[in-house]
Amino acid sequence: MTNWVHRELAGWGRFPVIEDARVARPERIREVVDALRSRDGEPVIAHGLGRSYGDAALLRDGGVILSRRLDRMLSFDAETGWLRCESGVSLEEVIDTFLPRGFFPPVVPGTQYVTVGGALGCNIHGKSHHTHGCFGDHVRRVELLTAAGEIVICDRDHEPELFWATVGGMGLTGFILSLEMQLHPVESCAIEMESIRVENLDEFFEVSADSGEFTHTMSWIDCVQTGASMGRGIYMRGRHAPAGSEIEKGAVDRLAELVGQIVDGRDLASNLWVNRVTMRLFNEAFFRKEPPGKRTSVVDYAPFFFPLDAVPNWNFLYGKRGFLQYQFVTPSEAAVRECLDAISKSGYASFLAVIKEFGDQDHGGLSFPMGGTTLALDFPNVGEELFRLFDRLDEIVLADGGRVYLGKDARLSRDTFRRMYPEWEQWKAVRDRWDPDAVFQSELSRRLELCA
Amino acid sequence: MTVLILGATSPIARAVANEYAELGHDIFLAARDRDEAQRIASDIAIRYEVRTTAAAFDAVQTGTHAELLEHVEAALGAIDVAVLAFGAMGEQEESQDDFASARRVIDTNYTGAVSICELLAAAMVERGRGTIIGISSVAGERGRKSNYVYGSAKGAFTLYLGGLRNRLTEHGVGVLTVKLGFVDTRMTFGMETAIPVASPEEAARAIVGAARNGRDVLYYPRFWRPIMGVIRAIPERLFKKLSL
Repeated sequence: MTNWVHRELAGWGRFPVIEDARVARPERIREVVDALRSRDGEPVIAHGLGRSYGDAALLRDGGVILSRRLDRMLSFDAETGWLRCESGVSLEEVIDTFLPRGFFPPVVPGTQYVTVGGALGCNIHGKSHHTHGCFGDHVRRVELLTAAGEIVICDRDHEPELFWATVGGMGLTGFILSLEMQLHPVESCAIEMESIRVENLDEFFEVSADSGEFTHTMSWIDCVQTGASMGRGIYMRGRHAPAGSEIEKGAVDRLAELVGQIVDGRDLASNLWVNRVTMRLFNEAFFRKEPPGKRTSVVDYAPFFFPLDAVPNWNFLYGKRGFLQYQFVTPSEAAVRECLDAISKSGYASFLAVIKEFGDQDHGGLSFPMGGTTLALDFPNVGEELFRLFDRLDEIVLADGGRVYLGKDARLSRDTFRRMYPEWEQWKAVRDRWDPDAVFQSELSRRLELCA
Repeated sequence: MTVLILGATSPIARAVANEYAELGHDIFLAARDRDEAQRIASDIAIRYEVRTTAAAFDAVQTGTHAELLEHVEAALGAIDVAVLAFGAMGEQEESQDDFASARRVIDTNYTGAVSICELLAAAMVERGRGTIIGISSVAGERGRKSNYVYGSAKGAFTLYLGGLRNRLTEHGVGVLTVKLGFVDTRMTFGMETAIPVASPEEAARAIVGAARNGRDVLYYPRFWRPIMGVIRAIPERLFKKLSL
């Protein structure tokens, strides 16, 4: 009785766009089972809030199962912070519900508009990677609908291989029905933040090395600059503030305002205005807004963690052809410089670039973070030339033993992927054992040949 | 305050329950799928920190209705608001070919509603207060070939609610008739509609707002009132030839 309908579907980058995706929207768990049963021999993939940038939650000639209506919170232990909820619950809902009671997820990405199922599937990271690792490190159990149509509950003791392959498994081990995640106690909804203007990449690494006592760190980086100013930006570090802290306006609010001003009133259907000149102006304006030196402020958690959430549909500002994000991690500083140099020379530098040093833990499987420096940059989709730049960046990243983030990816080649993720074979063996007929597939899995 | 939601697993019912829970009221969720009602009860208890209970309820099993209301009172106290959100659309063709199907549609939407409403009304009259919210449909405004079995049952329910309101007003009990147009639920998912579809949350806010303001009839989305005005005004000799 599943109602499959046809509609356009795209990831956050709006590239690629599936014109005629076949979509179902189960209202309850039982209907997910029905949807899988009614797939009619075609593969399926889960789709949450559509915040993966590329093609991870897209599928042509198959069924896309929307998880958003599977949003029930099933149990919460206020002593330990363990929350069990369905996979379509968003981090926004988790925060809105539990922050007033003094809890916050230890790992959040740059937007709160993601589902917990998607967060696990991509094993997302955030500003706290160096202290708290990835999302999956705070999930102890997953309820999975497998290809065989069975509901399997897996954790680190029971079916541990399936659990391991599901964390960061890009939704390809089964449909995540529910999971148990731990929230951490916090004293207030405020963040004690320091923003530091760094004049170049050397200063970034110095400040980063000196920021160990901050649970959350990241830096905006102006990737237009070359030479002595390469890597200039604004380093932000913070921690949850103690009870009774008073909120002021900080650098992140100003950033959100600035982006809002830029986006406001523009013709979003046109590619014309996001160009080299506006990029340069934006970066200059943002950098100049921050006075030199260090400033301390107490800010609300929302602009600190999710500055761009204040700008609805900012993903449309790159126009009809969409945009691509290139996020990579490399162990060495030299490779970061080499990439920045290549980007700057290409002239396609994006106006919202983020840089952060990860902690040392490697998460295995298809999980992205590893010891090193990660850089995330948006590029308007200008076509072939951009793809050539990405290929060039792949080479630098590969040569340094780094990798590209699948949750943001829309174009990596199979061979490059395999060299970036040496555990792929091991992961795939587990995946294929649970899904030998490749019931779960996505455009990403087809491109990278991840399934059977 | 205690709110009883009958047919609690539909997206609109759940959204109405959320609205009341956000106001701090305890919620009793009754539905045919008791397990699902229990999941929703857990969700509401966690999100809004109110007391919730779930139980099985089948509109056509009229013999069990009195017992259910006793269960609600025992669990959460006297019922202040009762929301009738259950219903069965059925398939028009099936209803034409098989009377048992037609009967199921009629009994769920109408007979079952009368049974539970009279029990609710009696208890509310005794206390001299309370509100009954009946979720009916614009489909009950005029018979159309595409869904007249469902439509007639909803039409009867609408008429019944009018009479009930007329009787209960002097006892301080309110009756709100809700006539829903397109709301983004399983029924309308993927439907190509020229008319915008409202989210269950928007519909729920309007419903709870109307009930709290003592309104009698709510069309939602509101533009359905003039639309239905036009549809009602079409002369039958013309209407019978339309394909609706």
